[in-house]
Amino acid sequence: MTGNANVKLDDLTRYSGEWLRGVGPQSDIVISSRIRLARNLADYPFISRASPQDRGRIQGQLQTAIPSLADQDDLLCIDVEELAAVDRQFLVERQLISRELAEASGARSVAIGRDEKFSLMINEEDHLRIQVMESGLDLESAWDRINRIDDLIEEKVTFACDETLGYLTACPTNVGTGMRVSVMLHLPALVMTRQIDKVFRSLHKISLAVRGLYGEGSQAMGDFYQISNQITLGRSEKDLIKQVGDVVPVVIKYERQAREFLVQESQENLHDRVSRAYGILRNAQTISSEETMHLLSSVRMGVNLGLIDDLKIPIVNELFIHTQPAHLQKLSGSELDTTDRNIERARYLRRHLAQADRPDSENN
Amino acid sequence: MKCQKCEKPANFHITELTGGKPQEVHLCEDHAREYLTQAGEAGEPPAGTNMAAAMAQQMAQQIAAQMAIGQTADELEKLDQQACPVCGITFYEFRSQGRLGCPNDYVCFKKQLEPLILNIHGESQHVGKSPKGASVASRERTQLIRLRREMKSAIAEEAYERASQLRDQIRQIEGGRESRMGGDE
Ligand SMILES: [Zn+2]
Ligand SMILES: [Zn+2]
Repeated sequence: MTGNANVKLDDLTRYSGEWLRGVGPQSDIVISSRIRLARNLADYPFISRASPQDRGRIQGQLQTAIPSLADQDDLLCIDVEELAAVDRQFLVERQLISRELAEASGARSVAIGRDEKFSLMINEEDHLRIQVMESGLDLESAWDRINRIDDLIEEKVTFACDETLGYLTACPTNVGTGMRVSVMLHLPALVMTRQIDKVFRSLHKISLAVRGLYGEGSQAMGDFYQISNQITLGRSEKDLIKQVGDVVPVVIKYERQAREFLVQESQENLHDRVSRAYGILRNAQTISSEETMHLLSSVRMGVNLGLIDDLKIPIVNELFIHTQPAHLQKLSGSELDTTDRNIERARYLRRHLAQADRPDSENN
Repeated sequence: MKCQKCEKPANFHITELTGGKPQEVHLCEDHAREYLTQAGEAGEPPAGTNMAAAMAQQMAQQIAAQMAIGQTADELEKLDQQACPVCGITFYEFRSQGRLGCPNDYVCFKKQLEPLILNIHGESQHVGKSPKGASVASRERTQLIRLRREMKSAIAEEAYERASQLRDQIRQIEGGRESRMGGDE
């Protein structure tokens, strides 16, 4: 991993990930489709028992295997161990690395596709975590791509695998396919109408997991929820994808019904709520990350329902990411404490939402 | 607008649908959380917490529950002390962290893991993709984990002769593997 990680990260800062572009099937409700595979080298202990030398060698072996991918993608390789805390947080906010990788210690790294649609985490909970993301509901493309990447790496290394148990992982919850399929949805109307718990319960019955994306408590910040498979053993990858892929349209349908209900039954309240949210975001002088997410969620739904017509979804999607703590600091080029961040966040929102008004300034 | 339950500003506006007309509830962040959790299901890890840590914790509970059935304290203590000959992890370490130490643990803790895995996945046989070279000498490879560990402790104990023997064994296996894989290290 050569080169200056900071320069590379600054490079990323200027763009936003492909998966945020708000394209792809059902992208008004489905933000992204993601698949990850957990893999371990056969001749090293799992991470919890790996010595520093082991970690170094695991990283070395996997990094030599990765260039075989370079033909198809321009890869950005980052040594996470060397990164400053704010830069690690930046990658977490962008969903390119997990919190676990950010907070671990010892040799660890990530390789990121230029379009940010895939990342390879080395020395996370497992030796290798491959992740592919697509915008909107598109699990098939994600699978095609991750399967190909997995095959290419496998030509160079030997993964721990067992005839009965399949791919062996550090945690028995991932054994078998080592695959987690997840779809991220924006479900503000189901939250507003308090039907989200009902959806949760019915998904649990068919052993799918639902998790809020940010924040704590059962109201996820920004009303983003991730639906994923819990079972990884005894079903093929295609079956696991199908299970999640079949249930997502049902949840989408519920969300649309709830939105329709809100439009019909309390149009004024809804319009008022959306407009107030937009008003606050465009005028606040200081604003917390939580409030921003909460208001942006209303605005996002407002745009999709045609209650706001001078704003585009990709801009809203990007604001969700860019107003988070590490992004704000990277974008402003300085370290900021909470108070200063809240001021900078409000300034950032005012600037970007004011520009959104003017039709000729979309590309900034 | 103030929170309906306290003096803080109401940042959360929830539309209640149960009952006749939709009703708006205005709450501060804390009270909104409380309000929404009341309807939530118990036993779920809270959204947004470190998922991996939550899963490991859940697993530790599952293992504890499973072990508590039909075993005496003595038997449990003995089981806890059982260690993997390859990586050295004890069963106690696994069940308190929820993470295994090496691929061989699936073999040496098989008796304890089988019911756990069946419990988690409802299945015990892998279906789906497997690596193309999967059958190649997997025993040799787990040996490498043990040999490297033994070499490290030999060096720590300044048993250099033993260490150099181990190094030769490691090289031999590694060499064999590389010629099979056509690798370049
Ligand atoms: Zn309150
Ligand atoms: Zn072991």
